[in-house]
Amino acid sequence: MFSSTEIESFKNVWVFCEQRNGEMMPTTFELISEGRKLADELGVELCGILLGDNVDGIAPELGKYGADKVYVYNSPLLKVFTTDAYAKVIADAVETFKPEILLFGASTIGRDLAPRCAARLHTGLCADCTHLDIDLQNYQNFLREASTLPEERIERTKSVRLAGADHSVARDLKMTRPAFGGHLMASIICPRFRPAMATVRPGVMKKRENPRTAELIHPEFDLKPSDIKTEVVEVVKAAKKLVDLIGADCIVSVGRGISKDVEKGLALAEELAAELGGVVGASRACVDAGWIGADHQVGQTGKTVHPKLYIALGISGAIQHKAGMQESECIIAVNKNETAPIFECADYGIVGDLFKVVPELIESIRAAKAAK
Amino acid sequence: MKIFVTVKQVPDTSGTVAVNPDGTLDRASMQTIINPDDMNAVEAALTLKDELGCKVIAFTMGPPPAEGMLRELMAMGVDEGVLITAREFGGSDTYATSQIIAAAIDTYGVEPEDIILAGRQAIDGDTAQVGPQIAEKLHLPQVTYAGEIKKDGNTLTVKRILEDGYMTVKVQTPCMITCIKELNKPRYMNIAGIFECYRKDVVTMTYETLKDHPLIDKSTIGLAGSPTNILTSFTPPQKGAGMMLSGDGRETTDKLAGILAGKHII
Repeated sequence: MFSSTEIESFKNVWVFCEQRNGEMMPTTFELISEGRKLADELGVELCGILLGDNVDGIAPELGKYGADKVYVYNSPLLKVFTTDAYAKVIADAVETFKPEILLFGASTIGRDLAPRCAARLHTGLCADCTHLDIDLQNYQNFLREASTLPEERIERTKSVRLAGADHSVARDLKMTRPAFGGHLMASIICPRFRPAMATVRPGVMKKRENPRTAELIHPEFDLKPSDIKTEVVEVVKAAKKLVDLIGADCIVSVGRGISKDVEKGLALAEELAAELGGVVGASRACVDAGWIGADHQVGQTGKTVHPKLYIALGISGAIQHKAGMQESECIIAVNKNETAPIFECADYGIVGDLFKVVPELIESIRAAKAAK
Repeated sequence: MKIFVTVKQVPDTSGTVAVNPDGTLDRASMQTIINPDDMNAVEAALTLKDELGCKVIAFTMGPPPAEGMLRELMAMGVDEGVLITAREFGGSDTYATSQIIAAAIDTYGVEPEDIILAGRQAIDGDTAQVGPQIAEKLHLPQVTYAGEIKKDGNTLTVKRILEDGYMTVKVQTPCMITCIKELNKPRYMNIAGIFECYRKDVVTMTYETLKDHPLIDKSTIGLAGSPTNILTSFTPPQKGAGMMLSGDGRETTDKLAGILAGKHII
């Protein structure tokens, strides 16, 4: 009988390897890289769990980023994602193989599937994590850098009070995530149950090569058509090519400041982005106003980005926006209002009308490039 | 046929957010609002009610003042409100919360034609976990990220919005659907509704009401029954302000381009 409270009987780090239409989602490689780090800190194996129909061919690439094993489940019933089929296969696999950690990408699939599995397995799940640690020293060093906590409170993170006794968190997964729209960060643990489960925000973890040959395993499993209570009628890919914000080296983002002449503001941002080999992003205000598609949105409800260069045009810098871009290597802000919060996180700021500044900036960049 | 809608009162994080010295949120100083995605769920329920004349019941878990939010929803057209409130329920994480709300909905009674609607996620935690976990606890199928819902008999056809497109999913009642803002535009309260909402019922479900339900056990509810614990919370440090360039003319942009070129950014 499976019990999520028998902590000692759980071992290894697992990553749900999300594929769509037989293609691995890029976030999977980020998660495998991060999972490798956690597995090394625990001294255990890193395993992928891959569900699909005839997907053996995409499994070996997981070895390149550090997967020791890949549990592959092939079935025509797993070709297209359904909550029922995927949750059953994953929950059954967890009951059989007992991983101590299980990570999902925080995608529309991962965030549908992970809560369902956690509820069935009776274990904890932390949503949309942006930082993961096992090693306490590394975690506390992270807090020293990423928080304003005093040293004594950082020291205290080594244990928590559980049912009247001190519990050491040395082997617990410390899952850090933004809350309250990025105003607060919280580190969550799941000390009494296994596996500790997390969904991880796409684009945050770095992809790192750590090559080895991943062993493919095909466990037997039980899945019947009657297990699936929903019917997927069609899957439609957006006709328009979506912008790749996460992979971009340069992002030129626009905010409410373009409202005076939306068309021209967007055209200027596109011209500047083209000059820098970048793409156009946007604040939530622009997406909500319908000026630009939601795939361009940067911020707490949009995408988290850390390009080499981020240029914010007419963006005031609400904390929800900053949460999605403040890790960019170099931030330039142009805003008419000198008290705009965006300047608090900008490396370089220009107070001025973007409709005047951007054409000049494009000329200046062309001149600087020509002079090289 | 009934439609259950789960709603949550949340601090308005779009305004000023006050943080206590110990890193927790100063909730007392903040305005509360009805969670935005939940408003889309309420609107979806009321749209179905307009069409089919079914009963809409809003469920919320929270402190007693959340009753005010239920009255607001009744002024929009919701027929009945259920306030789930007890000290024993405090400190619940998503697992424990879904356990309690599922028990409350089950106590009210789910029939074959019923639908449960929830917002995709709440803006305080942004977890998107409670909807699917309620569905799991009630053994109901779920469709999340609904951008369109059509009903034909006991079959719902839902457009589930993905990052790179959408999928169309058919599901039978009873089921759980989580709603996103693209689904609809929530209606306002109406004058008649505002008068009438005080004549409608708010049912309170406490620990006493629910304690005999199989899902309710001291080990699965509240802070002690939550699988997750908060190790610490903190505010991220502000990145030091950078260099403000004076002027908005060509000299300024030339200077900036020069800096970027010097740093090999361009």
